[in-house]
Amino acid sequence: MSETAAIDHSADVYEPSLTPDSQGKLGMWLFLISDAMSFGALLAAYGAIRAGAAEWAPPSEVLGINLTAFMTFLLICSSVTMVKALEAIQKGNQSRMCTFLGLTILGGLIFLGLQAYEWTALIKHGLTLNEIPHEGLSGAAISGSKLFGPTFYTITGFHGAHVTGGVIYLIVILIQGMRGTYTADYNHKVEILGLYWHFVDLIWIMVFTFVYLL
Amino acid sequence: MNDHANESHDHHHEESFVSKYIFSLDHKMIGKQFLIYGLIMFMVGGGLALLFRWQLAWPDKPLPMIGVSQEYLDEGEAVSEADRRWERWGEDDEENWFERTMYGGIIGPEFYNALFTMHATIMVFFVVVPLLVGAFGNFLIPLMIGTRDMAFPVLNMLSFWTSVLGAVILMAGFFVPGGHAAAGWTGYAPLSSVPDFTGVIWGQNLWCMALIVMGVSSLMGSINYITTVINMRAPGMTYFRLPLVIWSLFIVAILLLLAFPVVASALALLLFDRMAGTSFFLAEGGGEPLLWQHLFWFFGHPEVYILILPGMGLASEMISVFSRKPIFGYKSMVFAMISIAFLSWVVWGHHMFQSGMNPQLSMAFMTTTMLIAVPSAIKTFNWLGTLFRGSIQFTVPMLHTLAFVSMFVIGGLSGIFMANSPVDIHIHDTYYIVAHIHYVVFGGSVFALFGAVFYWFPKMFGRHMNAALGKIHFWISFIAFNGVFFPMHIIGVAGHRRRIHNPLDTDLAHLQGINEFITMCAFILGAAQIILLVNVFWSMFKGRVAEQNPWHANTLEWHAPTPVPHGNFDQIPRVYHGPYEYSVPGAETDWIPQTQSDGEPSRDEPIAAGATAD
Repeated sequence: MSETAAIDHSADVYEPSLTPDSQGKLGMWLFLISDAMSFGALLAAYGAIRAGAAEWAPPSEVLGINLTAFMTFLLICSSVTMVKALEAIQKGNQSRMCTFLGLTILGGLIFLGLQAYEWTALIKHGLTLNEIPHEGLSGAAISGSKLFGPTFYTITGFHGAHVTGGVIYLIVILIQGMRGTYTADYNHKVEILGLYWHFVDLIWIMVFTFVYLL
Repeated sequence: MNDHANESHDHHHEESFVSKYIFSLDHKMIGKQFLIYGLIMFMVGGGLALLFRWQLAWPDKPLPMIGVSQEYLDEGEAVSEADRRWERWGEDDEENWFERTMYGGIIGPEFYNALFTMHATIMVFFVVVPLLVGAFGNFLIPLMIGTRDMAFPVLNMLSFWTSVLGAVILMAGFFVPGGHAAAGWTGYAPLSSVPDFTGVIWGQNLWCMALIVMGVSSLMGSINYITTVINMRAPGMTYFRLPLVIWSLFIVAILLLLAFPVVASALALLLFDRMAGTSFFLAEGGGEPLLWQHLFWFFGHPEVYILILPGMGLASEMISVFSRKPIFGYKSMVFAMISIAFLSWVVWGHHMFQSGMNPQLSMAFMTTTMLIAVPSAIKTFNWLGTLFRGSIQFTVPMLHTLAFVSMFVIGGLSGIFMANSPVDIHIHDTYYIVAHIHYVVFGGSVFALFGAVFYWFPKMFGRHMNAALGKIHFWISFIAFNGVFFPMHIIGVAGHRRRIHNPLDTDLAHLQGINEFITMCAFILGAAQIILLVNVFWSMFKGRVAEQNPWHANTLEWHAPTPVPHGNFDQIPRVYHGPYEYSVPGAETDWIPQTQSDGEPSRDEPIAAGATAD
């Protein structure tokens, strides 16, 4: 709107845009609010089912914490590299931005790979949509609601879909970056990408807390 | 964003048919596409209602014309052409669609369930939202806030075509084996989550998918609306100079943004229950059947206000213009809408008084629900205050607006009865609730919508709709509407459950006369809509050519040339005062466009100064 504002500076009651540099930034914030509601609904449903269940198998016994703790660390690191990429392009350093975007993609891909490995191992161990394993990781006998599996796979799967989308989004921006699209003055698309990636990271911390730790 | 503004401003070259009419990026064309889409779906949804009304009035009697004759049923001898057709179909090895759904032209219980389910689903998700929010939101927001287009034109185009995809998926459900979804528009689990309970397999799955797709479509739309209103208002167009219809659409977009993802998540869980064998909503598998109701109504109640708020906004515009008076209590109107939106999040439990809720909790939901009566009453009294001593012009849009106000009052008052959990125990799931929802959504939103189509038609298509046809359509619709839905209060209190297939099989047989009367009125109401369709499509090409500002209205869309060019305005307008400066004492004309700076000092100034200080 800066263009129209320039027509008349005496516009005494002119209210400026919330995000004058880019409509997309506000659009992305709105999308993230909406997406937070989807995750909120899934986590609330999980909470209601778990609270209403007569017995719920201890997550640390069924899922294990160590691998996921590493995955969490990895995702947080990829958020840091995302911040570094944005910082680089704001200073006009294109090649540095591409390096850090590449590292972020690597972080996302390793996360997805580990999640695929985790799911395979869990399914082999007996955690399916209809059943939970009879013995935990420590060898102790476990029992509980059959909905452990469905809630786990739905929530982590929905998050995994977001990471997959994020990796594709990162690759698109990286290709544009390698072609020299972004400069010190024109980089809001990198910033918007960052919003999305940090959101996915934040959601994972929620998922890790509620599904694995509690 | 600057690149959008410049692009749309400079491009005036001829466009191809496809980019102008089909994959158009222009908000006005997308608005018109939604209008046509909504009107078509309106006819489909209405047709389904007529089918089940036939069954309720004359249970298990064959439909006229397509069904077999009574003689054939009694004697077994084919006398009419229809009899012979059904006989021929009966001898064929392969069953056709009609045989599967209504054998002999008689609406069986399974088809009946699908009919009322799809009537409600189509009307709520595929008619009222696309028409009010899709058509008018798209057409009016950029014009009324004084900008060239939406913030994200491509997203806008995708939003429309995604909703078309949703409609196609939904319609496909009628033609799959097992018939369409039959668990009611609320899709209560476990009725909806176990295929054996309704006998419906793919119909219900497609229903879930279509609604998720519609959710994506409204997500794109609402991101667009909110960004446009926040970021792209013309210079001088402060929040408190926005026309009330823009306020209502802005609030509705926020509600859509927050509410739809919740039901989309719930629908995904329902799909897993149906297709992957999980048991999120099944008690025997450890799930929670009530969870579906909580998630659905957490979305569903804001959805109810998504259906009515745009109607309130449209009516506010027309009531001020045709009373030639400023809207009474502009700011209180805005704050009333904001408080309705807030309260809509904490009332969902009032749909579940009968679902086994703790009475203390139902007390809380009862209180919050009754609170909504306060902002709703503020709005109603403000409309009456606007009408009071105004120079009322009984044009076609004004007639519809007055119908909106009066029908909304009836619907609002019957709502208070149901908000009371003790009263609700008696009238829950009866025709009383059917009467209530239709007074609010049809009597309210749809009448405001009809009025709005008449009011903005000159700006949309550059031509007037025919006023005589408009008045005929209005009076027939208005009288037939009351004939259909008012008696439903009576049979509802008498105990007529709302999803009964054959009332004669129950203790409701003595109400059959009323049921027949309702059905006759329903057929008149349906036939009257043909007048509207004829009027719309005839006027589009043959109507009287419209001047730039036929209603002498203040808001910015009338400042744009007619027909509105690509890019809307020659120059972005500057706004000097609020939208409702009608009959200002001492002014030359009884309207002062928002763009006019000279003349009488605007009475809005102190308010505007306060708005900047906020």
